[in-house]
Amino acid sequence: MKRILRIILPLFLFASSFWVLQCIVVPKYVSENVEGRLVAEYYDSAGGNEVMFLGDCEVYSNFSTVRLWVEYGITSYIRGSPQQLIWHSYYLLEDALRYETPKVVVFNVLAMKYGKPQNEAYNRLAIDGMRFSKSKIESAINSMTDEEELVTYIFPILRFHSRWSELCFEDLNIFGTQRLSHNGYVMRVDTKPAMNVPTPPPLADYSFEDKAWEYLDKMAELCISNGIEFVLVKSPSIHPAWYPEWDTQIKEYADKNGIMYVNTLEFQRETGIDYEKDTYDAGMHLNLSGAEKLSVWFGALLKEHFDLHDYRYSQEVAKVWHDKWAYYTWMKAVQEKILLDDGTLNRYY
Amino acid sequence: MSFISYSFVAFLAVLYVLYYLLPKKTQWLLLLVGSLVFYAHAGWYSFIFILVVAAVVYTAGIKIQDQYDARDEEISANQQLFSKDEQRQIKAQAKAKAKTFLAASLATVLGILAVIKYTSFVINNVNSIIGSNFVPYRFILPMGISFYTFQSVGYAADVYWEKTRAERNPLKLMLFVSFFPQLVQGPISRFGELSGTLLSEHKFEPKQAAFGFQRVLWGFFKKLVVADRLVILVRSLILDPAAYRGAYVVLLVFFYAIQLYSDFTGGIDIAIGAAEMFGVVVAENFARPFFSKNAAEYWRRWHITMGAWFKDYVFYPVSVSKAMQRISSKSRSTFGQKIGRRIPVYLTSIVVWAATGIWHGAAWNFVVWGLLNCLVIIVSQEMEPAYKKFHEKYPFSNTRAYDFLQIVRTFWIMGFIRVLDCYQNVPLTFRQVASVFTASNWSVLFNGSLLELGLSEADFVAVALGCIVMVSVSLLQEKGSVRELLAAKPTVLRYSVVWLALASIILLGAYGIGFDANQFIYNRF
Repeated sequence: MKRILRIILPLFLFASSFWVLQCIVVPKYVSENVEGRLVAEYYDSAGGNEVMFLGDCEVYSNFSTVRLWVEYGITSYIRGSPQQLIWHSYYLLEDALRYETPKVVVFNVLAMKYGKPQNEAYNRLAIDGMRFSKSKIESAINSMTDEEELVTYIFPILRFHSRWSELCFEDLNIFGTQRLSHNGYVMRVDTKPAMNVPTPPPLADYSFEDKAWEYLDKMAELCISNGIEFVLVKSPSIHPAWYPEWDTQIKEYADKNGIMYVNTLEFQRETGIDYEKDTYDAGMHLNLSGAEKLSVWFGALLKEHFDLHDYRYSQEVAKVWHDKWAYYTWMKAVQEKILLDDGTLNRYY
Repeated sequence: MSFISYSFVAFLAVLYVLYYLLPKKTQWLLLLVGSLVFYAHAGWYSFIFILVVAAVVYTAGIKIQDQYDARDEEISANQQLFSKDEQRQIKAQAKAKAKTFLAASLATVLGILAVIKYTSFVINNVNSIIGSNFVPYRFILPMGISFYTFQSVGYAADVYWEKTRAERNPLKLMLFVSFFPQLVQGPISRFGELSGTLLSEHKFEPKQAAFGFQRVLWGFFKKLVVADRLVILVRSLILDPAAYRGAYVVLLVFFYAIQLYSDFTGGIDIAIGAAEMFGVVVAENFARPFFSKNAAEYWRRWHITMGAWFKDYVFYPVSVSKAMQRISSKSRSTFGQKIGRRIPVYLTSIVVWAATGIWHGAAWNFVVWGLLNCLVIIVSQEMEPAYKKFHEKYPFSNTRAYDFLQIVRTFWIMGFIRVLDCYQNVPLTFRQVASVFTASNWSVLFNGSLLELGLSEADFVAVALGCIVMVSVSLLQEKGSVRELLAAKPTVLRYSVVWLALASIILLGAYGIGFDANQFIYNRF
């Protein structure tokens, strides 16, 4: 026993001390790249979500989960991160299924335009926050650019070790920071009208790459095998461009596979989105006002087509969502004050 | 597979576990498989060369041994019948046949090395001499070819000289030639020394495992914390020689010395430590060379196995060759005993140093580098009587302070010769070194210009910490084994040191995205 202890104890101390070191050096995404916190925040709210949104900034900026709750009692979560590739979304869904089985999965199809790994920084934002699992490893394997190493996704200290010279006080807070999102929704109350939207350049080839189709198939199959309704959506961001040729391919795919596809760009009048008031960066992302309008409209659509429960009358769930609503209104008030005081929204809260 | 890759760490870990799990009889076979897997990472092209070299020296060794065995058998069977002269004749005949096999094998393996490594060099020089326009074929240099060729040549020569018996198991000889820790940058081992532990069975020894692991860690520390960080600065200085003259050349000499030392010794520490984890004892290659007080001592402490190889397999054979004997007797008769006996020694030294230079690379800068080393050694040998008088006359020259001055002097002399390796262009190197003597830009050492060479203040702090640790460890090593010293300390202290080493490597190491993956400098030789 003593001998075993002599082996186990140093190993434990080594492992735990290096774990602490790792926690210190990995970026906390507090002062910059705050969206890096989104993927990890899911685990605090995992379970009980009937709708799961998947996609990039066009999802986490444009759909207000709290508004869906307030209007329809829909419990939802957005698993999104910046420039989230389709296989990131697939593995995030696979990961989420370990905790819950939503009734509906909504995937934003803009990610179809990427069929190859793009950028290490975005990979990090989409993968590092995931808890260790087979899905995380597979996501990393499929996302890595040539310069990346799989082991750095398992032990991020091997990637971020060089931050030792730039560590600051916030890095010592290894037990988490204040929540940024509202079940994955990232709020912005400021406004920058969409004017002079650039004309998109013609492309040599509008076909989506094989890998994008492969993962769309996999996502559809995963939903079917788990009894989940799969919905494709094109979020109402007007920039970057969503080409008609792309839209046609998605429509054909949806028709062929009996999947619901909603291109919200075609429903501007119905959603009521005003691109002079409802976007914070000239049409790329919706602000709070735009996200709420879209969510009210899209929530009605979801209620109409799917058997979603109204949880506002469930005491236990309502209590949880009441807290979320309170945080949501608090952040809205804080952002409006920042905007008033500083003239610009330079932080979320 | 680079020593500083994650795949090497995983490879080493898996091989290590298997090594002590599998039956002891199969340990050497596992090392062979591991070595071949390690080498296969360099591609099939490289693999073919090592197989051919091993096959050639294996065959030569067996053939040579057969001659000697037949000779011994004949003499012992006919001890009473043969006169001394007849026995001598039989021995001479066996030696002559053995020599044929040795010559054939050396011609083949050294021929391969020569063709692969020196074809372009020769053709380019022929072109520039006779004005021809031959297009040289550029061979890709197979990984570690200079090292395993020398090791193989040493084996064949040792069998020929009867220092060792030929290995009859081809797989065991293959293991000797391809043993993975020393394959890429040495040390250059002798079969007689290495085979004892390489081919024997080993049981797991915690102390040996700990010592091997500590040595590997130490190698990683030197390579990743110091060498791979300094390479950024060194490259900046080399790539723009017009901008970085004068004081910058002094900086280059200084930092390149540290970089090369930490890079090469780091790699050797990993090699020796990895071998030690498997119970295999590999020859030491360094003995704190920057503590040397003169060039000759420096070369007894730096790349020891290469120096010893050239001494045993080039210097001695050339010294006792018939041609040199003739030169010796002629020079003695022409110049008298005092000068005449030195001429063959110096001629042999020049041959050895030119060969040492060209072994490092097929370029004139390496040849000049070798000859300059030779010149410094010969001059200091010639100055020996004057030094002796100086030491007798001035007592302060026998103090530690004077020793320190000698160490500093040797460091800079060897450093300035070494920059030939940096610029890889002889005239440019001399111009750059000359610029030091007319420099007016010494302020760059203090005005923050150092921070414009690719390293931040934090990087310099890491390098400085690394250097302090390296100097401290070297000072301790002068008194004895640091690992033995550590082993005698309480467990908590031992583990703390290992933890600190590991944490330093992980946190301060210059690896991963943002840093270039830097090969070990000696890999390219």
